[in-house]
Amino acid sequence: MAIDSMQKTNKIRWGEIDEEEDDFDFLLPPKQMIGPDQNGVKKVIVYKFNDEGKKVKITTTTRVQKRALTKQAVERRSWNKFGDAANEEAGSYLTMRSTEDIILERIRAPGSNVEQSTVSGDSMSQLGKPGAVLMVCRLCHKKGDHWTSRCPQKDLLSLMDEPLTAETSTSTIAGTGTGKAAYVPPSMREGADRKAAGSDMRSRNDENAVRVTNLSEDTRGPDLMELFRPFGSVTRCHVAIDQKTSMSRGFGFVNFVSREDAQRAINTLNGYGYDNLILRVEWATPKPN
Amino acid sequence: MRPILMKGHERPLTFLRYNKDGDLLFSCAKDHTPTLWFADNGERLGTYRGHNGAVWCCDVSRDSSRLITGSADQTAKLWDVKSGKELFTFKFGSPTRSVDFAVGDHLAVITTDYFVDRMAAIHVKRIAEDPEDQVSDSVLVLQCPDGKKRINRAVWGPLNQTIVSAGEDTVIRIWDTETGKLLNETNEEVGHKKAITSLCKAADDSHFLTGSHDKTAKAFFQLWDMRTLTLIKTYTTGVPVNAVAMSPLLNHVVLGGGQDASAVTTTDHRAGKFEAKFYDKILQEEIGGVKGHFGPINALAFNPDGKSFSSGGEDGYVRLHHFDSDYFNIKI
Repeated sequence: MAIDSMQKTNKIRWGEIDEEEDDFDFLLPPKQMIGPDQNGVKKVIVYKFNDEGKKVKITTTTRVQKRALTKQAVERRSWNKFGDAANEEAGSYLTMRSTEDIILERIRAPGSNVEQSTVSGDSMSQLGKPGAVLMVCRLCHKKGDHWTSRCPQKDLLSLMDEPLTAETSTSTIAGTGTGKAAYVPPSMREGADRKAAGSDMRSRNDENAVRVTNLSEDTRGPDLMELFRPFGSVTRCHVAIDQKTSMSRGFGFVNFVSREDAQRAINTLNGYGYDNLILRVEWATPKPN
Repeated sequence: MRPILMKGHERPLTFLRYNKDGDLLFSCAKDHTPTLWFADNGERLGTYRGHNGAVWCCDVSRDSSRLITGSADQTAKLWDVKSGKELFTFKFGSPTRSVDFAVGDHLAVITTDYFVDRMAAIHVKRIAEDPEDQVSDSVLVLQCPDGKKRINRAVWGPLNQTIVSAGEDTVIRIWDTETGKLLNETNEEVGHKKAITSLCKAADDSHFLTGSHDKTAKAFFQLWDMRTLTLIKTYTTGVPVNAVAMSPLLNHVVLGGGQDASAVTTTDHRAGKFEAKFYDKILQEEIGGVKGHFGPINALAFNPDGKSFSSGGEDGYVRLHHFDSDYFNIKI
């Protein structure tokens, strides 16, 4: 940024001003030239008096671009207009610069650039941000990043997509999800961005979800956590609670990080006596291969 | 970046082409008048008047002196780029869909649609140096097995030895120019599942990119190795692909498409949300998108210097984008 001109602010004695003179330029702030920035944009700010004697600030923004043109290209610049363009005046509105700045919107911020960037790249660590857990996108299932309506993959993961097998899918889940077998969550549907959802899915562990039924009334999340922890790392454990009575509805879900851990938990705890009820522990959906 | 909006066409755009030097941009639309623009500031230079139907495709000679256009009025016309004068008209019995100059500009391949009792065909015409000497005879005429299916694009292979055609019958075919024999075609498992809408050659002719609609409401297109017709990469989008382009500078691929029918009422009504999607050519991953069009994107073209690209939409706008410096530093 270079302020081009310098003017000493001299105190003008009004008595010395010649009344006929129109040129009051000394009253104006100096001309400013903000030199070319990284995109080559140059700004020139000039102050003038307009016809009504009002002070006017004129900002001219120009982009200075150096282009190497071939000789023929240079010659083409001086061609005459033809066809429908022949009768055009210089100020025709066919061509205009967009008023909006359009950027190449990245699909998901690359690992190193995310504001909530984490060393492990695990989206679960976004929980560090207050309130982040509550902000879950229904489409790509990223927690703490954006709401559904702001999902960068809106058209890719439309909520109305039909579930279909995908050729590019690397995982072999066919329609697994938490809960009903027929429901296919958006990240698993055909057309979903699996690469984005891939690591997120693992952290959500839809395929490593275990359903526990026949729980006693006062069983809560932490109890399940304690019960399943010995088998491996649990990312999430949830017990369905009846809001009215605040009692457990008798079932819950535990999400493991690894499939093997989940399998071992199922094998060991199915039929286990817990708080005087026999637990039933199984895969959360029809057993996926 | 601040794209330059060029609203010279009243009807949807069909095709965009830069000249080899990258200073001129030709746009074709359904409004019968191909237009010439300067590629740096989008200023309109002229229009080519003469066609009576939608102009589907165009190509410009290497020295930017000759333009060939294919139109639905059953003709392909040769024009003088500078003056807009019509030099020659190739008459066909059916609408022409795609045109492409050969290396050296002495031959052109023109495809025609199925119409009444004329089957869809690929014609090769000789282009004379002096327009006075131009004759309208075909040097070669090729026909696909299903003559009723449109051949959306036909281009010359490396060194004019082959012609590559792709169209509604979802099969990409490679023909020998000398003999007219079919050399190779894609099979069902590897090929597209729906009509192929667009084709783009690499700058060095070593591979090409095809875009297609797909019944599964997922459009993907593949990058083929021309000599042996092998599938190299596949890019998946959620929308049918209408146009494809490859950056001559970076390993980027751009797809332009529409909107899946099922998404039309469920997405919000923000205008300007049709986007050109950028993918990493090698990793096959989506990098991002450039929004702005008010209708599906029908045409995409990269400037040969790789520093700008333009997109043409159903909305009749051509949007010319000059990349910011951060585009060149994109890391996946």
